[in-house]
Amino acid sequence: MDSCEFSQIEQQLSPVFEQHGYEAQKLLQILLDVQEIYSFIPDEAITYIANLLSVSRVSVKAVVDFYSFLSFKSVGEYRVLFSDNITDQMLGKNELMQYFCKKMWLEPGKVSEDNLLSVDSTSCTGMCDQGPAALVNGWPLTNLDQQRLDLIAKLIRDRNPVSTWPAMLFEVKDNIYRSEILLGKPSVAGAAIKATLERGVAATLSEIEASKLRGRGGAGYSTANKWSSCRTSPGTAHYIVCNADEGEPGTFKDRVLLNSYADLVLEGMTIAAKIIGATQGFLYLRGEYRYLRRKLEEVLAQRRTAGLLGRSILGELGFDFDIEIHLGAGAYICGEESALIESLEGKSGRPRNRPPFPVTHGYLDQPTVVDNVETFACVSKIAEYDSAWFTALGTAQSSGSKILSISGDCARPGIYEYPFGVALYEIFDDCGAEDVHAVQVSGPSGTLVSCKEFRRRICFEDLPTAGALIIFNRERDILQVALNSAHFFAYESCGFCTPCRVGTQLQKKIIDKISDGYGTAYDLEELKYIGHIMRTMSHCGLGHTAANQVIDMLDKFPDAYKNKLKKLVFEPAFDLDRALEKARKITGRDDKLAHFP
Amino acid sequence: MSEDRKIKLATCSLAGCFGCHMSLLDIDEKLFPLLKKVEFDRTPFTDIKKCGSCDIGIVEGGVSNVENVHVLKEFRKHCKVLVAMGACAITGGVPSLRNNIDLWDCFQEIYLYEGGLEGSQIPNDPELPLPLDKVYPVYEVVKIDYFLPGCPPSADTIWKFLTDLIAGREPKLSYEMLHYD
Repeated sequence: MDSCEFSQIEQQLSPVFEQHGYEAQKLLQILLDVQEIYSFIPDEAITYIANLLSVSRVSVKAVVDFYSFLSFKSVGEYRVLFSDNITDQMLGKNELMQYFCKKMWLEPGKVSEDNLLSVDSTSCTGMCDQGPAALVNGWPLTNLDQQRLDLIAKLIRDRNPVSTWPAMLFEVKDNIYRSEILLGKPSVAGAAIKATLERGVAATLSEIEASKLRGRGGAGYSTANKWSSCRTSPGTAHYIVCNADEGEPGTFKDRVLLNSYADLVLEGMTIAAKIIGATQGFLYLRGEYRYLRRKLEEVLAQRRTAGLLGRSILGELGFDFDIEIHLGAGAYICGEESALIESLEGKSGRPRNRPPFPVTHGYLDQPTVVDNVETFACVSKIAEYDSAWFTALGTAQSSGSKILSISGDCARPGIYEYPFGVALYEIFDDCGAEDVHAVQVSGPSGTLVSCKEFRRRICFEDLPTAGALIIFNRERDILQVALNSAHFFAYESCGFCTPCRVGTQLQKKIIDKISDGYGTAYDLEELKYIGHIMRTMSHCGLGHTAANQVIDMLDKFPDAYKNKLKKLVFEPAFDLDRALEKARKITGRDDKLAHFP
Repeated sequence: MSEDRKIKLATCSLAGCFGCHMSLLDIDEKLFPLLKKVEFDRTPFTDIKKCGSCDIGIVEGGVSNVENVHVLKEFRKHCKVLVAMGACAITGGVPSLRNNIDLWDCFQEIYLYEGGLEGSQIPNDPELPLPLDKVYPVYEVVKIDYFLPGCPPSADTIWKFLTDLIAGREPKLSYEMLHYD
């Protein structure tokens, strides 16, 4: 695009500002729209935006640099990003991407010369039950195969706008195979808010406390404790944030909750608002799920019309609350609550120092409750029924149910809701998994479980999970699982602290070295040492858990790497002689000194 | 260890700028007590060409060509403790800037396109060490026991590191000694 086209930048961007306003918190939302208009962020736009929002050019550039869906250079009229989760790879992602690139005469990561297309990999897009998946200009493509890619190639060559592509390419199924209290019994919109108002705020909070509800994002902190601390924290305003930045590879339950149970989630947020005294709520939707936005906006509008959002909810004077959707832009770290708040404020998503925790100093430094999508859905159900109904399911320390996103080697990948305490082997029967060798519970940051442990149970006492469960059968190479996770963390580390920034890179290098056949016993010790440093010294949860898969593989799956090791104490990380090949060709030399023995 | 037996020390500079060696010489007057305990084997100071059996080997610079690999392997073979000194040894440093440029483009630019070269051709004398496709950090080629970061590490840092090692202690460097900005 020529620079002369940017002379009308004011005119082109005026609708964007009309929609979002001129607050600095809206920076990320504005940039996402600018990226969509130009397929990159032009330098002229950076100057213009910085002036209008009264922030420095550098802070605008820092945000563009941080998020992977924003770019300084054009990514082409069409940008196809293949989801790079281990489940996508198992379904043939690498081969398909190669096929597509070859077909389009393109190298991955590069833009075609006519600025038509670029192809690259991206972290898990949350379509593991219907992969291999990809995003085209932010819209999810599912169940990819050569035939579909042929069609996509034609659509791109003919320059058909993505909005006119056949709907079947974008079909996303819910795939719910098992339901309990959350997914089973449908609720009438407003029923839970009505019950809350009848019961009273204090009584509802006591009910949540009696339900022993714990956060569903993985950490399992008591919801009642969090809300009562926030309720009593002083501030000029209180905020509710729903964390729908479902970035943990292998997790896709929030996608289904937001697609088909949005009322349940929004209702839980409204009840939370009533309890802590908030008038403003945010739904932080990961960029990969932007296709859900229109549907969610519709649900929000319906709720406003029905008096379930807005001023005087259900006629109660002073009960004012509304919810705004905030889009993420492809950064895994924004699932961490303090990074998410930074991102909500329009900045780069770097985790804050904690304490102070968001319940006292959150969004705009005010008391804020950040909870997982599923947690809010649970609150709705508890408010509508009661705590006894909820605690009837589950174990002593994990009450209620857990929605699992199951993918990998099984006949029926999809959504399964279980009472807490279900054992892994019971799950295998339900989803049709045979000959299971290993299970990754709660994504790369979770636990890699071997067949000796299949009696372990999904609950906070034993195997806590945010919801991901990836199954590997005996054919699978567990080293590839560790390698995929090492690459994922090296890419997603925000770079703020050294143990994580450097540790994830070193971990990736050594796993690659082992995978390439140059590994030694010495490298295994190095991996353990680096893992220890990352676990103990990193700034946030990303670094603390970035070594989990690698360490679990070392401890539990010796067969995965033993045969690949050279027996020496040390081995170079690459083939020395091959490293001379280029120079030999250039100089035409083939003498003895031009080779390593 | 008996009092009279001196510690044998070897040093070399691979793809580096000798800055780390300059910093080593910067130890100044403290070199004299150090030399009472240390005997230099192969170093640029002694001009000994082959490394004998040594207690400590210090390597400056990354691995850029065949000769670098041979020297580094020789050091590993003969030194009980091998130390990577400075940014280039540890990460490849400035010489590794060429890693983003294809070797063929490098050669063309230097030997074929550069003005003033008469009958320009790419040198192919067997005596010239052949360059590797990239500049590698030393730890990717041999096992390294200690890393001494800095560009260069300060004289005090090198001195503290060496005196600790010679005294048989695990080297301990304060935050200030490793702090460069």
